[in-house]
Amino acid sequence: MNPTDLKYSKEHEWARVDGNTVVVGITQFAADQLGDVVYVDLPAAGTDIAQFGKFGEIESVKTVSDLFSPVGGKIIEVNDAVKDSPEKVNEDTYGNGWLLKIEITDSAQLDTLMDAAGYESLTAE
Amino acid sequence: MVNTVDRSTGAKKGSGNPHPYVPATDADRAAMLEAIGVSSFEELIQDIPEKMRFPELDIAESAPELSLSADISAMAARNITPGDYACFLGAGAYRHFIPSTVNAVLQRGEFVTAYTPYQPEAAQGTLQTGFEFQSAICQLFDMEVANAGMYDGPTAFAEAVLMAIRLTHRNKVAVLETVDSRLVQVLRAYSVHQGIEIVSIAPDAAVSDDIACIAFQSPNLFGVIEDVGGLTGRAHAAGALSIVHANPTAHGLFQPPGKYGVDIVTAEGQPLGVPLSFGGAYVGLFACRQEHIRQLPGRIIGRTSDTEGRTGYVLTLQTREQHIRRERATSNICTSTQLIGLMVAVYVATLGKQGLSDVANLCYQKAHYAASEIAQIPGYSLPVSGTFFHEFAVTCPRPVADINAALLEKGIIGGYDISDRIANTMLLCVTEMNSRDEIDGLLMAFREIGGTA
Amino acid sequence: MTITSAMNELDRRLLMDRSVSGRSAVTMPSSDVPEQPLPQESLLRDDLPLPEVSQLEVIRYFSLLSQLNFSIDTNFYPLGSCTMKYNPKINDAMASLPGFGSIHPNQPSEQVQGAVQLMYKLQESLGDLTGLPGVSLAPLAGAQGEYAGLLIARAFHASKGDSGRTVALIPDSAHGTNPASAAMAGLDVVTVPSDAQGNVDVNALQELADERTAVFMLTLPSTLGLFEPSILEITQIIHDAGGLVYADGANLNALLGMVKLGDLGFDICHSNLHKTFSTPHGGGGPGSGPVMVTEELSKFLPEPVAEKSGDIFTLAKPTNSVGKINGFHGSFGILVRAYTYIRAMGRDGLKAVAENAIINANYIQSQLKDRYDLAADRFCMHETVLSAARQKRRDVKGLDIAKRLLDHGIHAPTMYFPLIVEEALMVEPTETESKETLDRFIEVMRQIDDEVSEDPEAVRTAPHTLPVTRLDEATAARKPYLRWQG
Repeated sequence: MNPTDLKYSKEHEWARVDGNTVVVGITQFAADQLGDVVYVDLPAAGTDIAQFGKFGEIESVKTVSDLFSPVGGKIIEVNDAVKDSPEKVNEDTYGNGWLLKIEITDSAQLDTLMDAAGYESLTAE
Repeated sequence: MVNTVDRSTGAKKGSGNPHPYVPATDADRAAMLEAIGVSSFEELIQDIPEKMRFPELDIAESAPELSLSADISAMAARNITPGDYACFLGAGAYRHFIPSTVNAVLQRGEFVTAYTPYQPEAAQGTLQTGFEFQSAICQLFDMEVANAGMYDGPTAFAEAVLMAIRLTHRNKVAVLETVDSRLVQVLRAYSVHQGIEIVSIAPDAAVSDDIACIAFQSPNLFGVIEDVGGLTGRAHAAGALSIVHANPTAHGLFQPPGKYGVDIVTAEGQPLGVPLSFGGAYVGLFACRQEHIRQLPGRIIGRTSDTEGRTGYVLTLQTREQHIRRERATSNICTSTQLIGLMVAVYVATLGKQGLSDVANLCYQKAHYAASEIAQIPGYSLPVSGTFFHEFAVTCPRPVADINAALLEKGIIGGYDISDRIANTMLLCVTEMNSRDEIDGLLMAFREIGGTA
Repeated sequence: MTITSAMNELDRRLLMDRSVSGRSAVTMPSSDVPEQPLPQESLLRDDLPLPEVSQLEVIRYFSLLSQLNFSIDTNFYPLGSCTMKYNPKINDAMASLPGFGSIHPNQPSEQVQGAVQLMYKLQESLGDLTGLPGVSLAPLAGAQGEYAGLLIARAFHASKGDSGRTVALIPDSAHGTNPASAAMAGLDVVTVPSDAQGNVDVNALQELADERTAVFMLTLPSTLGLFEPSILEITQIIHDAGGLVYADGANLNALLGMVKLGDLGFDICHSNLHKTFSTPHGGGGPGSGPVMVTEELSKFLPEPVAEKSGDIFTLAKPTNSVGKINGFHGSFGILVRAYTYIRAMGRDGLKAVAENAIINANYIQSQLKDRYDLAADRFCMHETVLSAARQKRRDVKGLDIAKRLLDHGIHAPTMYFPLIVEEALMVEPTETESKETLDRFIEVMRQIDDEVSEDPEAVRTAPHTLPVTRLDEATAARKPYLRWQG
C-alpha cells in the first residue's frame, strides 16, 4: 500500500525526491493511527530544518504528535491547503495531503531512509 | 440509621446499612465478600502495611442531619452578614441582585451532580448551557471567542499573561500599577518558575518593544475606567498584546473591550448572578481573538452535528489540554467551573438586554450620588479623578480601620482598605443592592464619625 | 431514564434565537437617588446584544436542557477516578445559609468568625485523615492543589540552598495534570515506568532518583486502582535521594480510615473535595483541592491558612508562604459542603466509606473477569480497570462498549485511561451504590459482551436512545463553532 517510489523514515514520514526538491508527508500508517486529522501546525517557508528535526505538530481529536523531517534543508513551500482542510491528510495521504517541500542540502541523507518494503516490515512489527 | 431499635435495650441493631449514604447491609457485604472469594474485608487490603492499617481518627462520631443542621447553622449565624448589615465592600467581589431563576435552575440535580461532559451524548444539557455561557461572554465583551470558564478572575488574569508570553515568545510583561495587587500576587505565584519578568508601569509610561503584553484592569483598583483604547494602541505599537481585566457588570453601560481591539479579556464572573460566599466558588471569564484560540487555556465547547445530522455540542480543541498534551499543555487546569458558569448563563438570560443595562445604570447612579455627597462632607475627599463605574476611593479623616469599626457599630460594613496605596483611603462600592436609605445612612455615619480622632 | 426524546431541534434553539425584542424575564426597580450625569457619550455602549425572553422561557429552557444530562441524581455513574458518589443535599443547604452564602470575602476575620472556624475545623479533619497536619484550603481544584504542592516542594529545596533539584518523577500511569502542573512549576518531567503487575517499577525508580529529584508524584491507590505494595520502600528511596514524595489524592476515597498518607512517608498531598468528600462535580467544577503537608513544610503553604488563638479564629499567611494562588480564600461554598459531609459521616462512617467502596469494586471485578480482561488480576481498591482487549478482537472497541452502556441508562466508565492499559474501562462504583445497582451493572456488562458476538453493529453504533447519536468531533475541531452566530 505504500508507494514504492518513496522513501520512509522511522517516524512515519515519507519523502518524494524530485531533483533537489523533496516533498514530505506522513504515511498512511501514521494517518490511520491518528484517526481524523483536525489540525496541522507547519513552519513558515524559508525556514531551515535538520534531518530528523522537529518541524511541526499534527493533531487528531484526542492525540497530538510531533512531525519530524525525513531530510534536512530549506523549506521552500508548505501546503497551506492542509492547514485549511486537514482531512486531506487522511483522504489523500501520498498526494494532496503532503506537508512540506524541502530543498535538500545533501542527497546522501536519502540513503538513511527506508524503502517501501523496509517500512512495511517496520510497521508490521 | 435505618436499623431497628431493640425494644429491650433501646439500642440499634447492627444489621442495617452503616450510614444513610452507604446502602450495603451486613447481609449485602457478606454476600459480596463471598462472591469475591474472601472471608473478611481485610483480605482485600493486604497491600497496605499491616502496622499502619486502620489508624485512629480524631474525628467526632456521625452527626444525624437534624443536629448537624442546627450546629452548622449556629456557625453561620456567628458571621456578620451583608443584608443584615448595609455593605459597601467591593474590590474584586460584588453584591448584586440574583434573580430567583438562578437558584431554581441550580436545584436541578441533573446539572449539579453531572461530571465533565466527556460523554457528549449523555451531557447535552451541560454542553449547551456551556455554549450559552461562551456566547453570553462574547456578546457582553464584544469578543470573538470565550472559553467555558476558569477558576476565578485573578487566575484567569494570570493565565492570560502566560498566554501572551506563549503567543509572542517574549518573557517580559508590563502590568499597570493601577491593577489590584492581589491580581499581581496571583500572577507571580503562577509564573514564579517560568523565568518571566513582571514590570510595573504607570498608565502613561513608555513601554519597551520587548514586552509580551500590557496588562491592566478597567475599572482599575481605584474604580476608574482606564484609557482602554490608548493602552491597547500602545501595546500593539510595541508588537505586544493588550490584556484587560474587566468588570462584567460595567459593560451593561460602558463600551465593551472588543470595541477597542483588546486581545484578551479576563474578568471575575461572580457579579453575574453568583453569591458572594466568602470568595468562592466563582468563575473566571476569559475571552480572546479567534486567531489565538490554540493558545487558549481551559475547556472550550463547540457546536457540531450527530450522525443523523442533528445539532449537538462537544468539548473541542482538547489537544491543548493537560489530559492529552500533558507537560506541554496550555495550562494544568482541568475544570471549567461549569456550575458557576451555568449560574452566569441563567443570570444573563434572565436579566437580558434591558436588565443588565438597568443594573449597570443603577450601580452608576447610586455610586455617583454617594460619591458626590461624600465629597461634600468635611474631612472626606475623593483623591482619584477620572470616570468611575460603581467603586471610588475616599480619603478619610482617620485611619480606615477606625472608620470601619465605627461604621460597623452603626450596622454598616464599610469600604476596602487601600491605605497601602493612598493614606487613610478606602474603596467604596455601591450597587443596586444599596438603597437610598443605606446610602444616606452611610453619609450620616461619615458626618458623625467625622475627623475627631 | 431522564431523557426527553421529544426535545427536537426546535426546542434546542439557543436563547438568542428565541429572543423577541422588548420581552424580559425580570424587572429592575427605578433609581431612588437624584439623577447623576452620565459620562461622555463615547464611553457608553450603544448596543447590548443579549437575549430578550420571558421568565417562563428561561425556566423551561434550562429545565429541559437539564433533562438531557446523565447525573448521579438520576443515573449510576461508575466513572473511574472521578468518585461519583451521592452528593448529600444537606451539604448544599448548609452552603447556602445566608451566614455563609452572603458574606463578603473582603470582610475581616473578626466579622466572620463562624466561617473561619469552619475552615479551621475542616483543616483539622483533613490533616487528621491524611496524617499531614499542615493544611491550606486555598487551592480551587485538584490541579491547583498539585501546583501549590509543587511550589511548596521547590520552596523547601530552595530554603536548603538546594537549587539543583529540578526534576519531577511521575509514573507513566499518572493523570495528565501531574506533568502539566510540574511543567508550570518549572520542573522537568521524567517518567517512571510501571512493572507488569501495574506497580511502580521500584528498580527503575531507584535508578532515576538522584540529587536532581525535587519530588516524586504518586497517585495512591494508583490510577489502576491498586495499592502500591512497596510503598514504604518507594518513599524511602525518594527520601534517601533527598527528594519529597507527593501524593495525588484523587483516589483518597479508598484510604479513609484505612491508612494515613503521612504514616507511609508522604510529605505533601492534595485532596479533591469533589471526589472523596461528596461535593458536587457540577458538570465540570467548581472543585476544591486543599493541600496537606508535614509540620516541617507547613510554613510554605499558600495563603490563607486558618489559625486559632484562644477562641479567636484568623486567616493568616504562613511565614514562608508560596503566596497567593487565587483571588480569595478558596472555594468556600465547597468547603462548607465537605465539612458538613465529614461531620455527617463521622469517624466510623468515613471508614465505612472506604470499606464499602473497596468491596463494591472488587465485587464488580469478580463478577466480570470471566468476560473482560483485567489490567491487573489481583484485588483492587476502590476501582477496577477492565480492558476490552478481548472485545476488540471481535472488532468492538472499549469506546463502543462505553457508549452502549448509555443506552441502558448507565454512565460510561472512564475510557482509555490509564494510558498504559489497552482499551481501558475504569469502573469506580463508590460506596453509595446498592448491591442491586451493582448487580444490574454486571448484568448489563455481560449482556453487552454477548451482543459484541451476536450483534456487534448495535454496539459499534451506540448510543441509540439518547437525544443525539455520536457527534462529529473531527469537524468540531477542524471548523471551531464556539458561540451563537446570528
